[in-house]
Amino acid sequence: MKASAFSYARATSVGDALELLVAHGDKAKVLSGGQSLMPAMNLRLISPELIVDIGELAELRGIAVRGDVLNIGALTRHVDLLNSPDIAAHAPLLTEAIAHVAHPAIRNRGTLGGSLAHADPASELPACMVALNAIIIIRGQAGERRIAAEDFFTGIYETALSAQELLVAVELPVTKKESAHFFFEFARRHGDYAIAGLAAQAIMAGGRLGGLRMAFFAVGDRPVLARAVNKLVNVTITPAALADAATALGEELDPQDDQQAPASMRRHLAKVLMARCASALLGRPELNAGGLV
Amino acid sequence: MTALTQISLDVNGERVDAHVLPRLNLADFLREHLQLTGTHVGCEHGVCGACTVRVNGEIVRSCLMLAVQTHGASVQTIEGLSDSGEIADLQAAFRDRNALQCGFCAPGMLMAAQDLLKQHAEPDRKLIREHLSGNYCRCTGYHAIIDAVETTARRRMRREL
Repeated sequence: MKASAFSYARATSVGDALELLVAHGDKAKVLSGGQSLMPAMNLRLISPELIVDIGELAELRGIAVRGDVLNIGALTRHVDLLNSPDIAAHAPLLTEAIAHVAHPAIRNRGTLGGSLAHADPASELPACMVALNAIIIIRGQAGERRIAAEDFFTGIYETALSAQELLVAVELPVTKKESAHFFFEFARRHGDYAIAGLAAQAIMAGGRLGGLRMAFFAVGDRPVLARAVNKLVNVTITPAALADAATALGEELDPQDDQQAPASMRRHLAKVLMARCASALLGRPELNAGGLV
Repeated sequence: MTALTQISLDVNGERVDAHVLPRLNLADFLREHLQLTGTHVGCEHGVCGACTVRVNGEIVRSCLMLAVQTHGASVQTIEGLSDSGEIADLQAAFRDRNALQCGFCAPGMLMAAQDLLKQHAEPDRKLIREHLSGNYCRCTGYHAIIDAVETTARRRMRREL
């Protein structure tokens, strides 16, 4: 189908965009790369009265390393993240995850800020932000707000962003030398929506995991930072300990049923991902030998 | 503001000035305003890849881009790539290998394949599959398409030696 009629304004600055958003509230929608917004509009799932195109705001584009903080502008496209040596060096989890985000033609347009503001629970990037302990930077007319990624995502397509605000950037801590990451998703076709996925960031301490953040996606109404991983931190992980953590994970998750998979299958796949992740991070294939769940 | 918006862009090397409604997507602009019907419209939500075109040298879904967003941009369609001879060898390989049947996906498939060959001179079959993973073909079962792209890559490599 085609999008229904709307008015169009090309923002000339962040201030200009904010003025338009304040004036039109939730009747307006921000257009960044359009790779989630345009499908929704073409399918008539949403029919905004005004589109505020922020695509020309160069100040929202780019990747910069400042001390131990990696700053990524909201308009930075997926292809820019994928090809960035700074991202590969300081947030390699993102480089790996981006390859799973849709297809080349989509990655040439889709933006980080757009993906985060859209907050599809099956998306890779929101989960990566949670795993990487990102700060989401939001600007409104009253000034700037900084929100931890964990608190930013509040439900299916729901975030802490109000209709009068703009997501302008994210900040990631530069990964430490002893850190390691894991990313995997189950999808019917490479680039399709995940049935269940996991983005994880860890700090290695000898043969143990000194710190571990596992953010599961497509298994809840938002990226889920698993509490069950506490059972795997600073202990020598045995198959029994892993099984215990997997059971706790299963109880913690509340996945949805849809045409792709029932909740029970998603819960099962999340446990499989947990085992694969622990096994891969520690380099211990026996932990992923099967029979866990 | 739902009024017509003025845009100027470059399409296949020619300057185009037009007045368009904001809701008009690039695919429909190319097909209905410029009669460039080689760009096909399939799913209209970014899944099938039939509407793939180049904007400023990079492939995009023209159903997911508004015509008003192309103001000042350079757009190349399958007609442009075809007429310039840029993909003549790739098209010949598609023909030779029966890599198209009904032809609906072919323009988008050729766009995506040429994009890959520009970035990787010698892609293996896995990489070819991955790069074309956003383009649906409902006739060929894909193998012939992968063959055609692989053959073209090899021939281009030999030509450069």
